Amino acid sequence: MTILKHELRQGKTAFLVWTAAIALLLMICIFIFPEMKGDMDAIGEIFASMGSFTAAFGMDRLNIGTLPGFYAIECGNILGLGGALFASLAGISILSKEEKDKTAEFLLTHPVSRTRIVTEKLAAILAEVTAMNLVILALSLLSMRLIGEGIPWKEVLLVHGAYFLLQLELMGICFGISAFLHRGSAGIGLGLAVMMYFLNLIANMTEHAKFLKFITPFGYCEGASLIADGVLNTGYIAVGMLLACIGIAAAYWKYAVSW
Amino acid sequence: MNAIQIDDLTKYYGKVRGIEHINLTVRQGASYGFIGPNGAGKSTTIRTLLGLLHPNGGKAQIFGLDTVKDREKVLARVGYLPSEVSFYPGMRVKDVLKLSADLRRRDCRKTSVRLCERLKLDMTRKVEELSFGNRKKTAIVCALQHEPELLIFDEPTSGLDPLMQREFFEILKERNKEGATLFLSSHVLSEVQLNCTDAAMIKDGAIITKGSVAELAGTGTKRVSIRGSVDCSSLTGVKDLHSTPGHVDFLYSGDGNALLRTLSVGEVLDFTVTEPDLEEVFLHYYEKGGEL
Repeated sequence: MTILKHELRQGKTAFLVWTAAIALLLMICIFIFPEMKGDMDAIGEIFASMGSFTAAFGMDRLNIGTLPGFYAIECGNILGLGGALFASLAGISILSKEEKDKTAEFLLTHPVSRTRIVTEKLAAILAEVTAMNLVILALSLLSMRLIGEGIPWKEVLLVHGAYFLLQLELMGICFGISAFLHRGSAGIGLGLAVMMYFLNLIANMTEHAKFLKFITPFGYCEGASLIADGVLNTGYIAVGMLLACIGIAAAYWKYAVSW
Repeated sequence: MNAIQIDDLTKYYGKVRGIEHINLTVRQGASYGFIGPNGAGKSTTIRTLLGLLHPNGGKAQIFGLDTVKDREKVLARVGYLPSEVSFYPGMRVKDVLKLSADLRRRDCRKTSVRLCERLKLDMTRKVEELSFGNRKKTAIVCALQHEPELLIFDEPTSGLDPLMQREFFEILKERNKEGATLFLSSHVLSEVQLNCTDAAMIKDGAIITKGSVAELAGTGTKRVSIRGSVDCSSLTGVKDLHSTPGHVDFLYSGDGNALLRTLSVGEVLDFTVTEPDLEEVFLHYYEKGGEL
């Protein structure tokens, strides 16, 4: 547990900043919903007439004049992108930073196995991502109560659950990449998260690019599909979790077996 | 049992030579110096010993334990000071020391406080605010606080002022008296000569000589320094000859009587015959690449 506690202490500031930033943006969005609700008919028409971009953000299948629709589109994008960036950064740096900051010599000359190092570091980022999602979910629910809206439990939990899985997938993939890196890694993590986000936008624009949804985790976080179908897309999620597991297995293999 | 047993250890970085066929034995309780210039392979040997690098060939044992297979058991008995010290950002000295102790599942508070007092290290300072010397002191306390049986120190005194160096070697001598084995890598020969009983010299990734410090410094060779004029051309066993008008200086490993006969026919105003110090032996090996 020493490495786990140490990593949580080391990552405390980044965790607090990212959690506060995402939660604050979500709360602002929720607080402006009552004001926007009255104008939503006109706004909805504008959003529905933007062609490919309407489809890209799933606004052709969702009524953003309702709290579930508004939450899935507006808040979903903030939670999706913010959470993806945090999870990717946490995953990509957790192993590689030891080489980059030259602290590997300190850590690896103590009597701890490399497997234990990988396990405790993985547990640390998993704990951070989970805690961030729980805090954000709690503050979102509180905000909905404060604006006097009824909480659409199923829709909110579906959106948060899907984005949590997205973060786990990106975290797992980045964790695997991290074991192979020796220098700066933040760019790779951020780049991967942003690339996945845009792949989903492209997949939404044209049927020809639909296969991209199997690659990007944003494919199973589509607010419109989640609200309309009322379930998570298990096919996309299975592929995503498989990729996360491959990433984690690669990290163990590289760091603890073939170093 | 030997504290360190290295057999035919070889490490390449891709195609670049790190160390080649290193053989070395350090008996338990010894104070052993590992001498060589930068890039000779000292740190590679140490990093391979500690399981930080995979050897390409050969094997190493510490207290009879394989350094690859029994890595954790080995590291539990070793205190290591790297030549370049880096710590995690945002931590205070006491946090670093506690982290190191926790990783060893030990409570080292009493020893660490005592060591910090002796080395005049403020435990409340943040590590990024520390000077190079104080970062080194923090690493020294990390390496010593769990009272290991084997101390492997890579260039330990760089960054320490002379007073701290004296205190540091005093601590090492105490630990050595208590039974700990010392393995010091250094290019400062005087500190090896003063603090070690045995030594090995490494050059271009290979051990070129090893033995007791007294043997290495002696080796039957004498430094002969003559004020006057002497023709040394008839002498065999002369090396490192420096001849200037009124002064002749050379290393001599030949017959003593022949030297006296040569001196007796020269114009000698004064002369000294001394043991060469380790520095001379070292420079001879490195600059001339020869044997003494």
